[in-house]
Amino acid sequence: MRPVVSAAAEAGGAVLAVDEAPNPWIDPSYVTENWDTILRYLGEHIRLTLGAVVLGALIALPLALLARRNRVVAGPVLAVSTIVYTIPSLAMFAFIFPFTGLSATTVLIGLVAYSLVILVRNFLTGLQGVPADVREAARGMGYGPVRLFWQIDLPLALPAFMTGLRIATVSTVALVTVGVLVGHGGLGQLIYGGFNANFYRAEIVTGSVGCVLLALLADVLLAGAERLVTPWARAVRP
Amino acid sequence: MSAFGEAMVYLNDPFNWTRRDGILELLGEHLTISAVAVLAAFVIAFPIAVALGTSGRGGGAVVVVSNVSRAVPTLALLTLFAVSPIGFGNRATTIALAVFAIPPILANTYVGVRGVDADVREAARGMGMSSGEVTRRVDLPLALPLIMTGLRTATVQVVATASLAALVGGGGLGRLVRLGFGQQDYGLIIAGALLIAVLAVLTELLLVLLSWVATPGPKRFPWTSAKRPVLAASAEPTASGVPL
Repeated sequence: MRPVVSAAAEAGGAVLAVDEAPNPWIDPSYVTENWDTILRYLGEHIRLTLGAVVLGALIALPLALLARRNRVVAGPVLAVSTIVYTIPSLAMFAFIFPFTGLSATTVLIGLVAYSLVILVRNFLTGLQGVPADVREAARGMGYGPVRLFWQIDLPLALPAFMTGLRIATVSTVALVTVGVLVGHGGLGQLIYGGFNANFYRAEIVTGSVGCVLLALLADVLLAGAERLVTPWARAVRP
Repeated sequence: MSAFGEAMVYLNDPFNWTRRDGILELLGEHLTISAVAVLAAFVIAFPIAVALGTSGRGGGAVVVVSNVSRAVPTLALLTLFAVSPIGFGNRATTIALAVFAIPPILANTYVGVRGVDADVREAARGMGMSSGEVTRRVDLPLALPLIMTGLRTATVQVVATASLAALVGGGGLGRLVRLGFGQQDYGLIIAGALLIAVLAVLTELLLVLLSWVATPGPKRFPWTSAKRPVLAASAEPTASGVPL
């Protein structure tokens, strides 16, 4: 007599409802049906990235200028930035959490800290690369400190500045995802949500691919901006 | 009591260290996962990088791999491996971390081997060394500082990101932070974060020391040398340039 069990149970032991449901890696219908949710998370992702890089740059520039002028400042700035850089993002967000709670501010503060240390190093490298005799000549021609910065330092250090901005932007886009820890991870919410929704692969893949595409798009845009603001570099670099 | 005070109380309780699923057990798990991942990545990436570096081919591919890897979120890779047929847990975590450790080892070893002076290589060949001997006795010792940089970057990155595995069902010290969030226990969150941060910084220090010991040539402490090197910022604190 044939026992009353399904073929699946005979082959694989226990039968779970999950085994029966298809769980494809790529599912275009997921994207079309959840377009609004995806856009909302994408918006948060972009806002957090932009905020972190812009705020980081605004803090990093005066720090880098100060560090170039003053050796005593340069040492601690570089040392602190190395230590901040080594702190894992999970720990960083956890440290900030008691102060700002489950809010996007927690993520933003952590991201600003990371982009700040990337930018301050690149800005300082750029500023240190400006030849001293060029600055000397400009000062001899009667340039004040503001004009010296805008017309001598900034153009000469711009390639290093842009490199820093590109690295900071791309790594910030990737880091936003860790914000899921406090519920504000941008597209990371899709990755984490998919994992928690019984391993919903289509959602996870959508979040992951979205992150990579966003990072690459941001990099291409910044590369374009770099070409626009440094027209003189085009002649040398084909 | 503040969260930091509660964290100190938690860390001062010996039972929290020694019990099952306590700090020591999680630390052991964390370190095992990290060590296996770095070792696996080294075994895969090192021969490829040396082969590409000595032949001088594939430089473009190495650059592309290390640039694209910067754009892939660690959390995404950890999650993707966790929901793959491998199943979530330490095996999926180890594989994901190994994948992440490959680019820094690959790129730094490649640049190191590629940068060996062609004249030195020529001289070694003129002394009758075979191509294998040139690689072993000339290329690798000269490339060692950069090889160690790659290994350091990869190790610190792996130790740091292993904590993220707890978000997707993996083990390691990140479990404490996750548990703390689950229980609304601020002290536990901070205690876990402190352990993770200290472990990452210690790993960095240990590997800086190790690469200093391993580098051939006259040893000189940075603080005893008569002429202090000019304090110049390098563009990126780690060779891969990615926060962890």
